[in-house]
Amino acid sequence: MSGAALTLRGVGLAYGRRQVLHGIELQIGAGERVCLVGPNGAGKSSLLRCVTGLASGRQGTVLLDGVPLEEVSREALARRVAVVPGQVQLPFATRVREVVALGRLPHEHPLLGPRPADLAAVEAAMERVGIAHLADRDARELSLGERQLVVLAMAVAQGGGLLILDEPTVHLDLRHQVEVMRLLVDLSGRDGLTVVAVLHDLTLAAHFFGRVVLLDQGRIVADGAPREVLTADRIRAVYGLDDASLPLAIPFAERPGIPRLESSAANASRSSTVT
Amino acid sequence: MSAGVVSEPARRALQAARWEALRRRPLRLLVLGLGALLFSLIVGIAFGNVAVSIDDTLAILGHRLLGLPQAAERSAAAEVIVMELRLPRVLTAMAVGCGLAVAGTVLQGLLRNPLADPYVLGTASGAALGAAVALLVPVQVAVLGLGLIHLLAFAGALLAVWLVYRLAGGSAAGSLTSILLTGYAVGSLLAAGLSLAMYLAGANLRQIFFYLLGSFATASWQQLAVGLPLVAASSALILMRARSLNALLLGEETALHLGLDVRRERGILLALASLVTAASVALAGLIGFVGLVVPHVVRLAVGPNARHVLPLSAVFGASFLVLADLVARIPGELPVGIVTAVVGAPFFLSLLRRFRQGYDL
Repeated sequence: MSGAALTLRGVGLAYGRRQVLHGIELQIGAGERVCLVGPNGAGKSSLLRCVTGLASGRQGTVLLDGVPLEEVSREALARRVAVVPGQVQLPFATRVREVVALGRLPHEHPLLGPRPADLAAVEAAMERVGIAHLADRDARELSLGERQLVVLAMAVAQGGGLLILDEPTVHLDLRHQVEVMRLLVDLSGRDGLTVVAVLHDLTLAAHFFGRVVLLDQGRIVADGAPREVLTADRIRAVYGLDDASLPLAIPFAERPGIPRLESSAANASRSSTVT
Repeated sequence: MSAGVVSEPARRALQAARWEALRRRPLRLLVLGLGALLFSLIVGIAFGNVAVSIDDTLAILGHRLLGLPQAAERSAAAEVIVMELRLPRVLTAMAVGCGLAVAGTVLQGLLRNPLADPYVLGTASGAALGAAVALLVPVQVAVLGLGLIHLLAFAGALLAVWLVYRLAGGSAAGSLTSILLTGYAVGSLLAAGLSLAMYLAGANLRQIFFYLLGSFATASWQQLAVGLPLVAASSALILMRARSLNALLLGEETALHLGLDVRRERGILLALASLVTAASVALAGLIGFVGLVVPHVVRLAVGPNARHVLPLSAVFGASFLVLADLVARIPGELPVGIVTAVVGAPFFLSLLRRFRQGYDL
């Protein structure tokens, strides 16, 4: 499966009269791994909604592999773009395997249902995310973190060239945060998927993403390698941290995606999320 | 990332077996349900205040429906009872049971609310008000064997849902909560109209009351000829949209991400479910509990996959209502709604207690 390229030209979005995104210009190549960071309300999630076709009244152009989003049908889009939902609630008792299988809906036969390949993709996705042992549990009995892995597995099963994640690690413990990040590295490195994720944890962003896009007040403030984007001064300015005594040492990896996570990194992860 | 305790081939085999079991269980239940349907058909025809022996029932059905040669002479009375009274009645009960169970499955899935039933969007009060108005109007109209009461009940149910849908913002912005609340408000308003109609009805009160509790006593071939195709066609169209219901399981936003045109599918499913409900209500009045309980019982057995839940609900809803009608006939025409509640509620409660671990409303 090859990655999809994403181009945003002059993308803006307004909720009512409040403009939340201003003229976003962004070019993401196939197979690239990009992290969106920024303070709450910076427009990260709104930007994702523009890319997934959920935002109504979007201004500007979004191109998926050079084709305007409007010209792609919902179903065709679902085969090419998988979105990891944030909070989901299930109205009925549902096995983990059944939730993950929902990811195959855009691929299965409309009348006859899943094909053998769909079932295989579900099993493979559960193993890859490391929740195969939960397959027969009721998804509603799981912890928040486990549920987050379940919907991640659903998106992995869905496949497609572009994977979009909105804060995929909020409820995860440190080990699972790292494992999810490694999975994203693997998905982009081995499978060639394009990965776009919103993260609040700047340490994880710096460690596992080759490119970081910093947003503030609906505009792109900086875009590039973590070391260049996430400077202490810029972070202080964007996040409004005027206390210079706060430690903001982000341990940048020599090569992003190759984790060098030690106790110092764990401490930094704590301090950088105090925003 | 995976636990390497079990060997790889063994684990693969185990997974394959689980998929097999998951897929085979609904199929086995479907066979069981079809058997139950056949059983309820025969028992529902044979028993009643005048019993016809099972042999005679089978012989008459075989002769008249399948064209089998008639073995012996039978009383004309038995033939009339079977063909003109019991068979249309049993088939009507089947259609209504199937329709209500399917509509209940759709509305629970669409509104993502386990407490939803076919009547939740004002259908019940709309139909009841229509029926009450029909009883108040001193005009006798009959179209295709349908009295004014059936026509107005059908129209009332559809009108109520349409009103709810429009008031809740139609396909555009209507959130699920606003649809549910609008349904409740419109329902209350129509119920007030119903109370007024009952107050004015005086002597006709008993008739309205009978209608509100549901009954198959007036079932006839003519009514069935109009009602059955409506229920069958709408149910079939709903069954073909199982994928849409599945996509909605995680909410509308995720459904969009899974490629579903949520607005369109929600409108179509709502229209079909309302059509089934209105037809069922027009045929038999308001019969509670079938549309609420049957889908839940089925989900307890096979999980929430609409591809399994819809057909199984249809089959078990149909046979359940035939048997409930049989129970209602034995003491002499009790309203069948009383039976469904008396039988359904304790059964449902016992199931909930048994499955409490994995199933809380």
